[in-house]
Amino acid sequence: MKILGIAAGFATALTLCSSASALAATQISWWHAMTGANAEVVEKIAGDFNASQSDYEVVPVFKGTYPETLNAGIAAFRAGQAPDIIQVFDVGTGVMMAAEGAIRPVAEVLEGAGLKFDKSQYLPGIVAYYSKPDGTMLSFPYNSSSPILYYNKDVFEKAGLDVNNPPKTWGEVFEAAKKIRTSGAAACGYTSTWLTWIHLENFAAWNNISYGTNENGLAGGDVELKINAPLYVNHFQAIADLAKDGTFKYGGRTSEAKQLFLAGECGILTESSGGLGDIVKSGMNYGIGQLPYDENGVGPQNTTPGGASLWVMAGKSDEQYKGVAAFFNYLSQTDVQQFLHEQSGYLPVTLAAYEATKGSDFYEKNPGRETPILQMMGKAPTENSKGVRLANLPQVRDIQNEEFEKMLAGQQTAQQALDAAVQRGNAAIKDAIGN
Amino acid sequence: MTPRVVFPNRILPYLLLAPQLAITLVFFYLPAVQALYQSMLREDPFGLRSRFVWFANFRKVLADPAYLNALHVTVVFSVATAVVAMGVALLLAVMADKVVRSRGLYRTLLIWPYAVAPAIAGMLFLFMFNPSIGTLAVLLRKAGISWDPLLNSTDAMVLVVTAAAWKQISYNFLFFVAGLQAIPKSLIEAAAIDGAREVKRFWTIVFPLLAPTTFFLLVINTTYAFFDTFGIIHAVTGGGPGKATETLVYKVYNDGFVNLILGESAAQSVILMIIVIALTAIQFRYVERKVHYG
Repeated sequence: MKILGIAAGFATALTLCSSASALAATQISWWHAMTGANAEVVEKIAGDFNASQSDYEVVPVFKGTYPETLNAGIAAFRAGQAPDIIQVFDVGTGVMMAAEGAIRPVAEVLEGAGLKFDKSQYLPGIVAYYSKPDGTMLSFPYNSSSPILYYNKDVFEKAGLDVNNPPKTWGEVFEAAKKIRTSGAAACGYTSTWLTWIHLENFAAWNNISYGTNENGLAGGDVELKINAPLYVNHFQAIADLAKDGTFKYGGRTSEAKQLFLAGECGILTESSGGLGDIVKSGMNYGIGQLPYDENGVGPQNTTPGGASLWVMAGKSDEQYKGVAAFFNYLSQTDVQQFLHEQSGYLPVTLAAYEATKGSDFYEKNPGRETPILQMMGKAPTENSKGVRLANLPQVRDIQNEEFEKMLAGQQTAQQALDAAVQRGNAAIKDAIGN
Repeated sequence: MTPRVVFPNRILPYLLLAPQLAITLVFFYLPAVQALYQSMLREDPFGLRSRFVWFANFRKVLADPAYLNALHVTVVFSVATAVVAMGVALLLAVMADKVVRSRGLYRTLLIWPYAVAPAIAGMLFLFMFNPSIGTLAVLLRKAGISWDPLLNSTDAMVLVVTAAAWKQISYNFLFFVAGLQAIPKSLIEAAAIDGAREVKRFWTIVFPLLAPTTFFLLVINTTYAFFDTFGIIHAVTGGGPGKATETLVYKVYNDGFVNLILGESAAQSVILMIIVIALTAIQFRYVERKVHYG
């Protein structure tokens, strides 16, 4: 940390006196979607990189939300003015992969610059998600997260639950939620952000059951969804039943439910590990547990990465690709990764950075910060647990959310909701790959 | 015989018109033609592979139950918004017309919401009616009304209609006030002398005489609800729950910019363009000449 601090000082000093030489440097544009503290991390990393050498200058540009950034990138590509590097969220991965002529695989970029890309140095779960079926890494994992369980310790105490033992299975979560509500410790027992990401995509990986054919889309784009299997149906029926009396409370399609947890309205929350910052900031007495698994399944297996990765656009000059490679090489350095991990709550991408963090007392001082990594690293991923990749995952998630909302409003059962989601989702996937 | 205006210079008038024409060309005709072309293409988001498919996108859109649902939602939403916005505005205008002291102040205050951007109006209502933190949601709950716009379709619709109507009330109010002032006082006084009470006077004299204004506002409000409420819906419900508040305009955005199905999204915007043209034609042909601007 100290070294980075000094480096930062140097960075500012250097940028002040090197503006003349900066003109000669090759500019590398980096479009990103980070806000708040995470945007500061982006600026700092780019600034430090620029200060560390004089050939290239990385210029980060904020382009709005994740979907807005992706759209801006697409529009720019169509107009022949794509950036060199663009940050694309996990669900956009399928979109980018399908656009082979528009992107350049990261592995190729690194090797083209004479840098060796050693896959074994990276966290296997993350690399698998951002690679082609033949193992070529396509994009550079920048900020990866994983869903975990948060619980309000004060509420647990009031409800007479074990404060030091968060529920481990979904059955235990639902029982604890009922107890929280009936004891009056909180108005609602359990809520969750991102139902699609946590309760379908990660539910599949964590319990090692199929989400769709063709290895959930990682082995090929022609996917038939399998999310109406009994394990899913029973899980969602249990949630729908809890929703009837308010034991489960729906917050919204993305991360809105976090507010219900922060406001003390709900005692238990499942949310991305990247959401930790807000929970720490609120000053509440919280605890962290691993993502619950289904006691009727074969889990826990491993969770899949969310967050975003950096894609390199096609059609740039060799000089620019060399700059991109140099920047990615810098990003992989242990101290940079460690800084990213400790500052943002996102996962380190390299094993060395993880070991280094373990070597420091960071995890002792920040209990629970290791949970998402352990979840993702625990076991080698199976064909069910490398993640989900569809050419139109945003649209498929939309469909799933619509059916869940109708289910939670009591208009249909879990079986009906998931059957409809499969049927509509399959039709949409067929359409998307039939261009 | 009307005198003919003759410009001595043949080029000057064109030069004077040129900026306006250029703007219309670049910002309206060009995108419109592009949308028309794109609506007949099937392509991936990056435009790497595209195929000309004639009217296949239109056929698909019109056969899609989700599109018909959006059409239904749009009609319900527009009618409700227009009725609420005009009803409340008329009531306020009639009341404001009677106020003697500080009439100007009331009128000025009533016009303010019109200046609020749709997205901001949406956020305001989102906060006031947020089930967990909203002030008004708490009041509703205390009154024994279960309020959940996140899952209940009717609640969600009520919320977006309220937000959309609130913003439009000011505009309608202005026109109704003007319309009311144009009604000859002598007519009302004569009716009063004949013994007609206030309510009777309103329905038999004031309301019929306001008809042209009302009709004009109906067209304006429908157009507003159709096309200018995207910001509100985007901020408040995002089209949910299910597809309960997904209007035609919102669907164009969602299919094009979230789901990246460009051809079908373009086809939908072409259909919307046809609707706008029809509405404008009606307005010019039947409404414009009958309105009394007071």
